Amino acid sequence: MVEKIIAENLVITFDSKPILKNINLTIRAGEIFAIIGPAHSGKTTFLRAINRLIENTPGFVRTGSLLLDKRDVRQWDVDTLRRKVGLIFATPIPLPGTIFDNVAYGPRLKGIRNLRTLAEIVERSLRAAFLWDEVKDRLFSSALRLSGGQQQRLCIARTLAVDPEVVMMDEPCSGLDPISTAQIEQALRELKKDYTFILVTNNVKQAARISDRTAFFLGGELVELGPTTSIFTAPKDKRTDDYVSGRIG
Amino acid sequence: MISRPLITQRLTWLILALLTFFTLSILFFILGYITARGARVITPEFLFSLPERMGKEGGILPMIVATLYIAILALVVATPLGVGTAVYLSEYTRESFLTRIIRFGADALAGVPSIIFGLFGFILFVIRLRMGWSILAGSLTLAVMILPTIIRTSEEAIRAIPDQLREVSYSLGGTKSQTITRVVLPNALPGIVTGVILGLGRCVAETAAVIFTAGSSLRIPKSVLEPGRTMAVHFYILAREGLSMERAYGSAFLLILSILFINALAYILLFRFTRRLR
Amino acid sequence: MKERLIEKGLLIVALSALGSLLLIAVFIFAEGMPLIVKTGFKEFIASTRWAPTKGSFGILPMIIGSLQVTLLSLILGGSLGLACTMFLAEFAPRWAVRILKPLIELLAGIPSVVYGFIGVVVLVPWIRNTFGGPGFSILAASIILGIMILPTVIAISLDALNTVPLTYKEGSLALGATRWQTLYRLLFPAARSGIIASLILAMGRAIGETMAVIMVAGNALLISASPLAPVRTLTSNIALEMGYAAGDHQRALFATGVVLFIIIAILNTIALLTMRKKR
Repeated sequence: MVEKIIAENLVITFDSKPILKNINLTIRAGEIFAIIGPAHSGKTTFLRAINRLIENTPGFVRTGSLLLDKRDVRQWDVDTLRRKVGLIFATPIPLPGTIFDNVAYGPRLKGIRNLRTLAEIVERSLRAAFLWDEVKDRLFSSALRLSGGQQQRLCIARTLAVDPEVVMMDEPCSGLDPISTAQIEQALRELKKDYTFILVTNNVKQAARISDRTAFFLGGELVELGPTTSIFTAPKDKRTDDYVSGRIG
Repeated sequence: MISRPLITQRLTWLILALLTFFTLSILFFILGYITARGARVITPEFLFSLPERMGKEGGILPMIVATLYIAILALVVATPLGVGTAVYLSEYTRESFLTRIIRFGADALAGVPSIIFGLFGFILFVIRLRMGWSILAGSLTLAVMILPTIIRTSEEAIRAIPDQLREVSYSLGGTKSQTITRVVLPNALPGIVTGVILGLGRCVAETAAVIFTAGSSLRIPKSVLEPGRTMAVHFYILAREGLSMERAYGSAFLLILSILFINALAYILLFRFTRRLR
Repeated sequence: MKERLIEKGLLIVALSALGSLLLIAVFIFAEGMPLIVKTGFKEFIASTRWAPTKGSFGILPMIIGSLQVTLLSLILGGSLGLACTMFLAEFAPRWAVRILKPLIELLAGIPSVVYGFIGVVVLVPWIRNTFGGPGFSILAASIILGIMILPTVIAISLDALNTVPLTYKEGSLALGATRWQTLYRLLFPAARSGIIASLILAMGRAIGETMAVIMVAGNALLISASPLAPVRTLTSNIALEMGYAAGDHQRALFATGVVLFIIIAILNTIALLTMRKKR
């Protein structure tokens, strides 16, 4: 079992207020790892700590270790780190421009300029995100004209285009209709063989549907972590039980 | 039964409306007066021939050339400085003593009267740096003058770009400079261009700063070190010396027409800019 | 690292505005101060004799002329401007505001020489025929300047009024006050610092205006209380004689510039502090 991401005694504060308290967990390669919990549990901060986006906002202080491939994320070159660990945001944020430009943005950042290479990468990524068939005839139209679900799959394709190893998704289906949600979930099931997924979601049922293991965050603490089926059918902690059955939210 | 407050209100409405209307009529009077007497002077001959007898006769071709020369050169200098400052203020720093001092510099510069710019340009560029009365001295002076305008509008345009777009770029492995050049600036471009165009308008309208730095030669300037007379300066000289009322009105009309055109352009761009980000 | 270099480079660029300001101050002061010291500060400011060929440099008439013209223009332009602001803020329908605002900004774009010219061909004869005197007068300059500062007054005070929280206005209207009452008793006082700032900034613009004033103010070296009298302002003094001044004379003009610079710096600082107070 390759350990992809390890958090050891991870504590994060913002303006001295605790956001994450002593997180210890391991995320394994090739799994879909879900993180569930009510709002303000620190789930998003956890993701943004991994790709070091929290460094852009002053006030965050991180202690403990957070390792990617056995190396602390702060020791990685930040641009390389962010390509290895992609992030999909809760609301789809297409870049103003064409569909092609959106997906090609990441590779172009790396310096790839050959149009044929880019076209191959774009097609490959759009297929992987299950969007190719819908947009292959209008690659050069504006990405802003796509529907919400399509835009989110575009964001997935965009992230896949830089060849990540881990893909983090922060409530990717919030605000999407059920059909788009189902499409994205299907994409995840297919892609899991090539990537590791960290899926943060408020939607407990979604976590139950597609993840292998689930962690329950509450108020900045890791309350429980285990195989998804156990978390949902036989949680060890009462708080977990309350959350998954809807008693608290 | 209408109450007293309502009567006061109706009356006030009337008075204020009349006063506003009066203000507008001043604008239209000025525009109309100049147009009525100046439009007929604008013939292709007027635009493209050289002045004769110190401007009493002939056309204003050298003035048009000098105006374009000075204005464009001023923009070429001021735009990178202004946009660079705006980028630094919005992307590289947070509110601190440094940013406040930079902003103070820009705000203070905006309040300096044009005659002081004229004196400054004269002593520094014309005399000390030995440029003589020249297009170069004039455009450098104008560049400093329009710098605050460009900084202000560029900063506004850059700050209007939502942070999430930047985060998308960072998450894909983009560096700060890549994010700025590939995401922020291209999307802030309409706003930035608006500021540049407004700066252009100021260059065309300016007299006091130009007359003491670019001189008032009647010849077409062939290099940046030659003096030149802009349209505004020519108009001033014509009017003061009373050389040719007809040509004075013509120059005035051309000036106003250019300003109207430039303002309209800036407005259209601003409109498209705000619409795009909705 | 390349990124670090870019950041440092941009810092230098960002200091260009401040740097230019300092350059301006340094050069103007370097040229003007020696003359002020030579003539004696009190003599420079308070003497009414301006005879540069004979070595007399007293700028009191110009200081007074500038003040007269500026204050009168502030009264005329300020009140008209505030009236328009009130109309635009509270009484004009939104479609009208969308047309009116750019039109008023157009007033700001008209070159000052054009204003001066209109002053000469239209206003000055009118004043001469209606009130007597040479026509070139404080009144002429104040009217033209009043028009020129309208956009400044309107833009900034309109902004100030619009930033008063909507809840103030709605609360007042909900209590049954008319729009005028709300404006007069509540919004205006609330936006007071912004409105005052707009007037002070307008004053700064008026005092610094050169070309229009030269053309209509008469440029006579006398002090008078009559609005129909011709005057010379600080700015006119510089612009009129700069073309042919040399030596001490030229330095005296720079010295006039020093005085002007200081006055405007003080005005703008007051305006900025006033605006900041309400935050």
